[in-house]
Amino acid sequence: MRRSTTESRALQIILIAVALLFLAFFLALPLVAVFGEALKAGFGPFLDAVTAPDALSAIKLTLLIAAISVPLNVVFGVAASWAITKFKFPGKSLLISLIDLPFSVSPVVSGLIFVLLFGANGWFGTWLAEHDLKIIFAVPGIVLATVFITFPFVARELIPLMMEQGKDEEEAAISLGATGWQTFRHVTLPNIRWGLLYGVLLCNARAMGEFGAVSVVSGHIRGETNTMPLHVEILYNEYDFVGAFAVASLLAGLALVTLVAKTVLEWRFNLHGSARH
Amino acid sequence: MIRVQNVTKTFGDFAALHGIDLEIKPGEFVALLGPSGSGKTTLLRIIAGLEFQDGGEVLFDGEDVSSRSVGERQVGFVFQQYALFKHMTVAENVAFGLSVRRKGRPPKADIRARAEELLRLVQLDGLGKRYPGQLSGGQRQRVALARALAIEPRLLLLDEPFGALDAKVRKDLRRWLRGLHETMGLTSIFVTHDQEEALELADRIVVMDHGRIEQVGTPEQVYMEPASPFVSNFVGETNQLPGGIHVRPHDIDLVASGGIPVVVDNVFRRGGSWRVEGRIEGHDRVVEFDVNAASPAPTLGDTVRIQPLRERQFHKRRL
Amino acid sequence: MTASSAAGARRRWRQPSVLPGFGLTFGLSLGWLTLIVLIPLATIFLKSAGMGWDQFVAVGLSDRALAAYRLSFGTAAAAGLVNALFGLLVAWVLVRYTFPGQKIIGAIVDLPFALPTAVAGIALTALYSPNGWVGRFLDPLGIKVAFTPIGITVALVFIGLPFVVRSVEPVLADLGNDVEEAAATLGATRLQTFSRVIFPAIAPALLTGFALAFARGVGEYGSVIFISGNMPGRTEIAPLLIVTQLEQYNYDGATAIATVMMLVSFAILLALNVVQAAGRHRYGA
Repeated sequence: MRRSTTESRALQIILIAVALLFLAFFLALPLVAVFGEALKAGFGPFLDAVTAPDALSAIKLTLLIAAISVPLNVVFGVAASWAITKFKFPGKSLLISLIDLPFSVSPVVSGLIFVLLFGANGWFGTWLAEHDLKIIFAVPGIVLATVFITFPFVARELIPLMMEQGKDEEEAAISLGATGWQTFRHVTLPNIRWGLLYGVLLCNARAMGEFGAVSVVSGHIRGETNTMPLHVEILYNEYDFVGAFAVASLLAGLALVTLVAKTVLEWRFNLHGSARH
Repeated sequence: MIRVQNVTKTFGDFAALHGIDLEIKPGEFVALLGPSGSGKTTLLRIIAGLEFQDGGEVLFDGEDVSSRSVGERQVGFVFQQYALFKHMTVAENVAFGLSVRRKGRPPKADIRARAEELLRLVQLDGLGKRYPGQLSGGQRQRVALARALAIEPRLLLLDEPFGALDAKVRKDLRRWLRGLHETMGLTSIFVTHDQEEALELADRIVVMDHGRIEQVGTPEQVYMEPASPFVSNFVGETNQLPGGIHVRPHDIDLVASGGIPVVVDNVFRRGGSWRVEGRIEGHDRVVEFDVNAASPAPTLGDTVRIQPLRERQFHKRRL
Repeated sequence: MTASSAAGARRRWRQPSVLPGFGLTFGLSLGWLTLIVLIPLATIFLKSAGMGWDQFVAVGLSDRALAAYRLSFGTAAAAGLVNALFGLLVAWVLVRYTFPGQKIIGAIVDLPFALPTAVAGIALTALYSPNGWVGRFLDPLGIKVAFTPIGITVALVFIGLPFVVRSVEPVLADLGNDVEEAAATLGATRLQTFSRVIFPAIAPALLTGFALAFARGVGEYGSVIFISGNMPGRTEIAPLLIVTQLEQYNYDGATAIATVMMLVSFAILLALNVVQAAGRHRYGA
């Protein structure tokens, strides 16, 4: 569709070329580098690196962390979006800003706050030690830091979507005699399912890939509290570059799957004609 | 019988309704007519149970339903933008109210049959498998109506039922809805800002402004005997002559002598008459009136003399 | 759902609605928010307040810390500016033009959101270290990227790009063709139309994108620590300094630095918000 108000094709091509060059350098090249470095020494060393016991336990821990923290934030995100978009109450915009707060906090600080609370010298440190409970340098601490970091993801996707959808359909369902749960289940959920899935994807990608916050609370205990990103760091610092990039390439693969799924979802949104973004 | 007694409602600092009293007889088709912000939609939603009044009562057949939820009130509500469930087929939309029943839910086959019957009633048979997105505006409107009727409501409420439709469809649908009401005899209330719609459809019109009822009456009463300057202005066209006199353009005759002198500014044809726009001599006040097109059009710049045939005089409002 | 009289007290605070579940969902979200976000964040400030001023200054405002703040805020601002420029270009090209592979390019913009930061960090280091894929061509020219502030900026450009693109894109898409056509009929050149009509309309979104990228950049850790070289006073970013303090069990020091970072970040974000609110007020948008 040519518009009367646009640039000459030549200028367009120049601008497109500059944009693509920039993206190639800053986005595509690093991605290629991950896979390139991982397979530098061939497929054998790659496979050895990702099947090493420490790597496997890091993979397991990463999956466990995501399996705990994503559902928690899904429940929170859906509840917060329902309260925020279906009701009118003062203080709503403050609540939205507070939900976004973890976005503006450094991941390192996100880890630090839990160390201050639950670390050996932390506020609850003595009490935890007395009861033989371990949070910092253990799985619960990693979960806490991950939940904090991924806190806004689901709510952020759902709030604009549900705001736009309004509450007419829910009111119609209620006026036809549906209960609250029936209304949510049969009317709201089908309307938000793709947005919800999208939020879950982003939340999951971040939960599996979080580095800074987890690094502070994990204690880097090999085979116990090492997640995949931490394992990448350890291997890298030990100059096991092939190993580091091999594990990193698994994470990069996860990122690619996330991007593809996200693109497919957006395509579906358009298919159904519901506007987004 | 629906009774609204002294219902008040405020949103924050904004008083949406000041003590509304209204009675609606069984089988009546009533229009709530008023400009936006007049409180008509709020009143409709309070009757439905979608909004809660701050004071006063809503009675269905003598029973105070104020503490009953919208689901318990058994009202059919047609939303302005229809609020159809986008992800359900037309048939599923219509069947929704029956399929979510907790007690006395009919068997699946009965629900399906009922949905088909309703779709026939709204002349959409055969479209049950479509999705709302695949229908025209007028068809969606009728799906919304069928969905509301499926729960066998004691009362049908429609919020600007034709607001989202284009002129032609609007007219056809209006006639059709009038016919449907006549065959079903269901007590119905609809909200509109379009006086023509109210005059054509309703048995009685409730004219509202600023959260108050200005007048309740038959279309004939509201048009011919407006109770206030607001009603006179809002329902039909009106000229304000000096001395607080209101007169409709078609209630003005040209006279040879006496009457009020008016300078003709503009003349154009409107249907079977000439519509004349002029100024009262010595005033800035603009008057519009109709002259039978069988006679020649008044010349621009001439002074003609007009005589109101039917006029209403309003005194300062008591408040 | 009981109506009018029953819940009078609650009603005064929120407007009544026929939809159920407010108490449950609001309570759940506020409770969870308080437990996971508000209380933990408050500990930072409480701990800072409990520290003596001298102690706070000793680490929080030491020369090493000041150098780290300068570096973190400086590189984040530089990367934010680069992203504002190129992010706008990328958004423009994606919204306004058609070219083969557009959909894929549109999708790949989100890569930094999806790619774990540590992975980005080691990948960028592999590219820009003196013997790396790109670095080996730059090194003979005397350009050093890795282990310098330039390297940190490169990492932050990577991290921040999608914030700008995703902020500007929808505004650019919604900007009707009619204002541009109006400008054209009034005799404006394309450049004038852009600078006087289009740019002012998208400037608030661009500022938002910049602010988001900047905030993220200041706190960024994973993608930076590999490429930065971590030399105290030169390429040591503030988040790393916090980690260093923690490793030395200097919790007070870590807290002091975190407090300064957060206060400065919030102040800058607040200022940007004020600028934006003023703009909104003026244009009534």
